[in-house]
Amino acid sequence: MLTKKHLALLASAGSISLAGMATAQADTLEDTIERGAVQCGVSDGLPGFSAPDDDGNWQGLDVDVCRAVAAAVLGDAEAVNYISLNAVERFTALQSGEVDVLSRNTTWTTTRDTTLGLNFTGVNFYDGQGFMVSRDLGITGADELDGASICIQSGTTTELNLADYFRANDMEFNPIVFDTSEQTVGGYQAGRCDVLTSDTSQLAALRIQLDDPEASMILSDVISKEPLGPVVRQGDDLWFNIVKWSLFAMINAEEYGVTSENAEEMLNSENPDVARLLGQDGNYGEGMNLEADWAYNIISQVGNYAESFERNVGMDSPLEIERGVNALWNDGGFQYAPPIR
Amino acid sequence: MIHNKETIPQQPAPKGTIGPIAWLRGNLFNGPINSIFTLLGLYVLYLLVVPTVQWAFIDADWIGDSREDCSRVGACWVFVNARFSQFMYGLYPSEEYWRANIVFAMFAGIIAWMVIPRLPFKRWMALFALLIFPVISYVLLHGGYFDLPRVSTHRWGGLMLTLLLATVGMVGALPIGIVLALGRRSNMPIVKTFCVIFIEFWRGVPLITILFMASVMLPLFLPSELSVDRLVRALIGLTLFQSAYMAEVIRGGLQAIPKGQDEAAAALGMTYWKRMGLIVMPQALKMMIPGIVNTFISLFKDTTLVMIIGLFDLLGIVQAALSDSRWLGFSIEGYVFAAFVFWIFCFSMSRYSQYLERKLNTGHKQ
Repeated sequence: MLTKKHLALLASAGSISLAGMATAQADTLEDTIERGAVQCGVSDGLPGFSAPDDDGNWQGLDVDVCRAVAAAVLGDAEAVNYISLNAVERFTALQSGEVDVLSRNTTWTTTRDTTLGLNFTGVNFYDGQGFMVSRDLGITGADELDGASICIQSGTTTELNLADYFRANDMEFNPIVFDTSEQTVGGYQAGRCDVLTSDTSQLAALRIQLDDPEASMILSDVISKEPLGPVVRQGDDLWFNIVKWSLFAMINAEEYGVTSENAEEMLNSENPDVARLLGQDGNYGEGMNLEADWAYNIISQVGNYAESFERNVGMDSPLEIERGVNALWNDGGFQYAPPIR
Repeated sequence: MIHNKETIPQQPAPKGTIGPIAWLRGNLFNGPINSIFTLLGLYVLYLLVVPTVQWAFIDADWIGDSREDCSRVGACWVFVNARFSQFMYGLYPSEEYWRANIVFAMFAGIIAWMVIPRLPFKRWMALFALLIFPVISYVLLHGGYFDLPRVSTHRWGGLMLTLLLATVGMVGALPIGIVLALGRRSNMPIVKTFCVIFIEFWRGVPLITILFMASVMLPLFLPSELSVDRLVRALIGLTLFQSAYMAEVIRGGLQAIPKGQDEAAAALGMTYWKRMGLIVMPQALKMMIPGIVNTFISLFKDTTLVMIIGLFDLLGIVQAALSDSRWLGFSIEGYVFAAFVFWIFCFSMSRYSQYLERKLNTGHKQ
């Protein structure tokens, strides 16, 4: 008879074999160099984060992480094989070795970090649930939403977060629930609610689809934590470090004012931080088995974090998401990279 | 009393019984109720057609390369225009399109050759299509031989991928289906049991589950050195799934053939394979053309399900294009285009099957 104990045994056997497989392919860097391309898992289309452009090239904030890794490892940001994954298969694809970096707007949570044999390497976008309101209402903050009717998509954590937030702040709201995001936008557009709530990155994409995007604005208040970041397999610390520091290099470059345009001039910079970042003072790629110019390659080919942000989701893109919490730590945001030294 | 010995000369039918007006009167306005329904129908048609034409043609934007060119209220075909090559080839590198074009052209040529009755050497053409064409297509599309750069399968997509999935599925499913159908009617217990289990298993599971199993579970069970390309996994899943359906369609045909046919052939001393190949199968397959084509058409449309395992077939690439932040909000145009392409292919298949039925009709028709 198959008891619960048996089932638990079976399940643990399954997870052991998973962990075993993860360590079996420990030399991701070597495989990547041999292949000449980084295997990168991206979403099957998410505005601003990963989507093919008119020429079939992948573009987006998540895509830029993979391009940065390729630039650091292979010296060529275009040496990436993009594999589109849906939400269900993304972790399997990483565990089974089909992709080596998963950069697919994946929220960093305890369960994912500790039970799946995976490691999150950082946060490239601090997402969170926000609100879109009509400019006419004159609302400036989420605390002014008492008594508002709010359009939400059903069955998502959004609904739960919203109820929690309003209860915690002792406010009332009138939920108007829809099944799909298109319907939710439709409801907002038709004036059935004053406010539309979703993750801020989603709100930006929904806003463009309104008849008059300018008439609506996204409040800067965020009521939930959705840190999105790249993920790698557990058991290959070298590769983990490479992906982690590729992102850190972009953030540090913004902090030191190094951009894709001035990177070459900056090679002669007197600033010791810049010199270390660009490999002019010591070789900080050595510990990752990379060349000294690993960060220079990233910055000159992909750009720093600010460039990537503005190009894909920020003011230079149709999404027009403000930096907000994604600004640098010394600029009122959360983006903070350990120093390169 | 006058006897007219002459025959009365032939005269045209009375004015009111021929011509379009008579047809209208006979079919659409023969009585008050029918007249009311006709007018009502025309009104509904008017309500539907006029805004559609207005949206799709009159108020539509055709020329341009960005969303700024879509200033009018109608459809924005600029979007489809800008993405057209992507809808056809997926993310296949544009400098290698010629390779896909050659395969497209050969494919169209083979189909035309097989369909047009006057052209000779049909048998050789079929052999070429089944044995050599797949090899040529693989070498051209995948590359890696003769200095052709490799294009890995995750860059294949669009209509090219849809046609590939559908063609491989059809070509693979028919023979497997025939074998399974024969096996299920066999007297040998092991063969019969195997076929029954196979058919019932694959028919009992939704295609979406099979694709998920193939893409999510299979890689976990296989050692990492033995990773099978995800397109190949999808192709195998799709083919096995369809072959189970095909087997049942063909078994339906086999059951409709009177037992006497088989017995008479046996009395002539024919072996099992001769009886099946020369007497039973040709009659059964002919009778089952509508069923087989029905399965093919449903297979063609089912290929869109590979979208859920991250392969960009025609519908998948349209959806991916819709998530480009530069083109947000043109979903109707994208889906209308995809629907139109699918309709063209499905409708052609259906017309060809009707033609085949007429051509092969030998008097069973009621």
